[in-house]
Amino acid sequence: MSDNGRNRRSDLRLIGSPQRKIEGLAKSTGRAVYTDDLDFAGMLHGKILRSPHPHARIVSIDTAAAEALEGVHAVITGADMPTRYGIIPWTPDEYPLCLDRVRYIGDGVAAVAALDEDTALAALELIDVEYEELPPFFDPRAAAEADGSTPYVHEAKKEGRNGNVTKMVHLEFGEVDKRMDASDVVVEGDYFFEGTTHAPIEPHCAIGLWDGVGRLTVWSATQVPHYLHRELARVLELDQADVRVLQPLVGGAFGGKSEPFDLEFCVAKLSMITGRPVKILYTREEVFYSHRGRHPFHMRYRTGATADGRLTSVDAEILLDGGAYASFGLVTTYYSGQLLCAPYEMPAYRFDSTRVYTNKPACGPKRGHGSVQPRFAFEIQLDKLAERVGLDPIEFRRRNFIGEDTRTVNELRITSNGFLECLDAVQRASGWNRKFRSMPFGRGVGVAGSTYISGTNYPIYPNEMPQSAVQMQIDRSGRVAVFSGASEIGQGCDSVVAYIAAEELGVPLEWVRVLRGDTDFTPVDLGAYSSRVTFMLGNAAIDAASKLRALVQDAVAEQWDVGASSVLLADGWAVWAPDTSRRLPIAEAFNLAEAKFGTLGSTGWYNTPKDVHGEYRGGTIGASPAYSFTAHVAEVDVDVETGFVEVKKIWVAHDCGRALNPVLVEGQMEGSAYMGFGEAIMEEQVFKDADHGREGLHNAPSLLDYRIPTSLDTPELESLIVESIDPEGPYGAKEAGEGPLHPSIPAIANAIYDAIGVRMDRLPFTPSNVWRSIRDARVAGSLVKPDGPQVKATAPAEEPIHAD
Amino acid sequence: MLMDNRQEIVRLRVNGDLREVGVPVHYTLLEALRYGLRLTGSKQGCDKGDCGACTVILDGRPTLSCITPVWEAEGSDVVTVEGLATAEGPHPLQDEFDRNGAAQCGFCTPGILCSAAALLERNPSASRQEIQEALGGNLCRCTGYTKIYDAVEAAGARLAETAAPETEGR
Repeated sequence: MSDNGRNRRSDLRLIGSPQRKIEGLAKSTGRAVYTDDLDFAGMLHGKILRSPHPHARIVSIDTAAAEALEGVHAVITGADMPTRYGIIPWTPDEYPLCLDRVRYIGDGVAAVAALDEDTALAALELIDVEYEELPPFFDPRAAAEADGSTPYVHEAKKEGRNGNVTKMVHLEFGEVDKRMDASDVVVEGDYFFEGTTHAPIEPHCAIGLWDGVGRLTVWSATQVPHYLHRELARVLELDQADVRVLQPLVGGAFGGKSEPFDLEFCVAKLSMITGRPVKILYTREEVFYSHRGRHPFHMRYRTGATADGRLTSVDAEILLDGGAYASFGLVTTYYSGQLLCAPYEMPAYRFDSTRVYTNKPACGPKRGHGSVQPRFAFEIQLDKLAERVGLDPIEFRRRNFIGEDTRTVNELRITSNGFLECLDAVQRASGWNRKFRSMPFGRGVGVAGSTYISGTNYPIYPNEMPQSAVQMQIDRSGRVAVFSGASEIGQGCDSVVAYIAAEELGVPLEWVRVLRGDTDFTPVDLGAYSSRVTFMLGNAAIDAASKLRALVQDAVAEQWDVGASSVLLADGWAVWAPDTSRRLPIAEAFNLAEAKFGTLGSTGWYNTPKDVHGEYRGGTIGASPAYSFTAHVAEVDVDVETGFVEVKKIWVAHDCGRALNPVLVEGQMEGSAYMGFGEAIMEEQVFKDADHGREGLHNAPSLLDYRIPTSLDTPELESLIVESIDPEGPYGAKEAGEGPLHPSIPAIANAIYDAIGVRMDRLPFTPSNVWRSIRDARVAGSLVKPDGPQVKATAPAEEPIHAD
Repeated sequence: MLMDNRQEIVRLRVNGDLREVGVPVHYTLLEALRYGLRLTGSKQGCDKGDCGACTVILDGRPTLSCITPVWEAEGSDVVTVEGLATAEGPHPLQDEFDRNGAAQCGFCTPGILCSAAALLERNPSASRQEIQEALGGNLCRCTGYTKIYDAVEAAGARLAETAAPETEGR
């Protein structure tokens, strides 16, 4: 491995062991402050009027009656903020409020600020909007085939093009057709991944405060304070220096708060008009409309292999149903193909992905952005191939392992890779060899693997500046103050910087203070998305802390008249390594340093490697400094009378490089597996058709009807951490927040097949969907336990293998 | 014309304190707690009784405060997440949630703590199955529930330990 040894440290005191989170007790005592917990004197409450039509022209808006209502302080429409925005700089296609066209039921057309929510709601009723309805597009295939005889969801950028097509990506690596034709076995399948949404328990909320003389402050439950900062300044025509974004604690996000939303612009504009603070809190229904969740994918895969079970060629065709706006869709379209090329060696690969607009809430990034859907299809393809060549599916995956320190077929650079150990771990823990193809009819196990990025090498808007940075200062009390711009959404990044500061500077964790979530006072971090935070922020924190450590070591060494490298900072002491009885309390060591060097502060930053990607259009998308790897085994019990699938247990093995805090890593693994389980078994963001209500209306915009797993639904989850110690990650760490979601879904699908011989190639596996498949299998006579593989999986070593 | 703005005084016993607060007549208990008394620990996740983030303990029973008219709480003992800790320190559940990483984003945590505290009050030795059932009305979107069970079990063990000598003494 290319590791220079920097990360193979055995001297870590705090990193690697269970620690509490710095805000943990605040969260469990009710003191933690979220956006809606804030109140300001004279604060007004805002509400947004939403379109009742899926596709219509706005002919006119009359706000006079609303403005005249006692208690109403301002009413705004699209004309008040006529600047397009969008999270991806190349595809701005939204306005804070619709200007002349609405594109889904729920699109915002006007906003009101009033003394209280009730008055604001009453005012919405008084706004008179005249619409001219347009034929809507709901089916992505129809949208893709549109001929312009009715208006596209968005105007075509070029004359004669289909305006409904937001992005097409066609990439080919190696000789796909030739290798496919030469394959001993080819498996072909159509798959459908239904859309799902994030459903964080905290609804979006924002507060705007205009100071009357030129400065705007916005508090928001956002994952991306920095991007929000930029877009607010642009749309509201303010200098970035005059805009401040504060991020209180965020009550869950999962990708659903990773771009600017209408409410953030509206509270800002309404405050600028009224001169008073304005708050908007989404209703739960609005959270479902704002969406930006998992795209529905229609996928066709052809996958070839040799008779001895080696992949030869992969050919994919994908149609992404994007909903009404671009959102991150350009990236999603690339990710739908780019992130499939590990952990298996693929000699040839082609994908052809098309994202189309439809008149439904916009889709965007949800945990495992763009790669959960193809992973679902592909891991089922592998299961089918393994069966065709008579191999146990774990053995099949082992045989195709891509290895470490290598490049994928699409030229992504793989460094550390613990995928084989992940397979070993789930095989061992689940009792795979006893269970696969051996349990009674109705019971089954399935396996799947995956990979994911630890951040992206290229930021969303092109720039050469650091992706993450922290500022640190130490004072004579022994305290360490950390200024972090990273976005804490529950994953624990505020704690991670504190652990690193304590580790590097030798102070107790309790002495570290983290000032966070404030674009006025913290250096820029790009936000919580693409599993980038721990990796990048961690490296930035090590950089900042080690600069301070060097100063402290230097000052103590001078006092003791020894070499600086022989002075260690650990556990609240400065210690002389050759004789550890020679020691100084860390605060005194800081005093020596402050006396010698003056007030002690440092900055640290991290930027990604920019030279490790393929030299082709789109080659930078999917490029990451490191990749995580995951394997799951799921065990199910299928009731063939009802179609009910009970997932008994999921074993989750994840290569996170190094677990900086194993409690937090396990939390991410369990939470990911849970979320994947929900998508497999029950979740679906779907819309009514004309036979069942108003066409295009969200079918169930509530947490009762959009089902997410309760404690009683969720299977037992067992986390198995694998540590490959990455050369570039902080202490060797890689991501853990998104990768472990991917295999849940195909592992469950493959387990259903092992249980009853029925392939589930369409999501979700609700009782009705499963029952229909069972009925079809019964008719076809294929409702039987599949035959066992000729080649069983090699039993893994009894003891876990540690990479270091 | 202001909407529905008639206010009345409601008397609530919250976390041991007898409080009077003027609220619009249509207020829920959650609104009275959050906006009237500024006890913002209890959360609003759905405003219709689906998610459990607003759970408080009403006369010993976990109750969805977002669908409880504030008047129904008059004359009852209301305990919120802010009322679980004592002068001696955090409730064992709060400490164990922290220690076990049972709160990720923390937004469902106040409601879950109230459901769990009511359970452990009745039965500190609750089994994992009983814990799962007691938390069936509290959605958590972050944790997959595993660490929450661990925390509740650990807190239950601590409570059972401290309760046991008293029982013997009686």
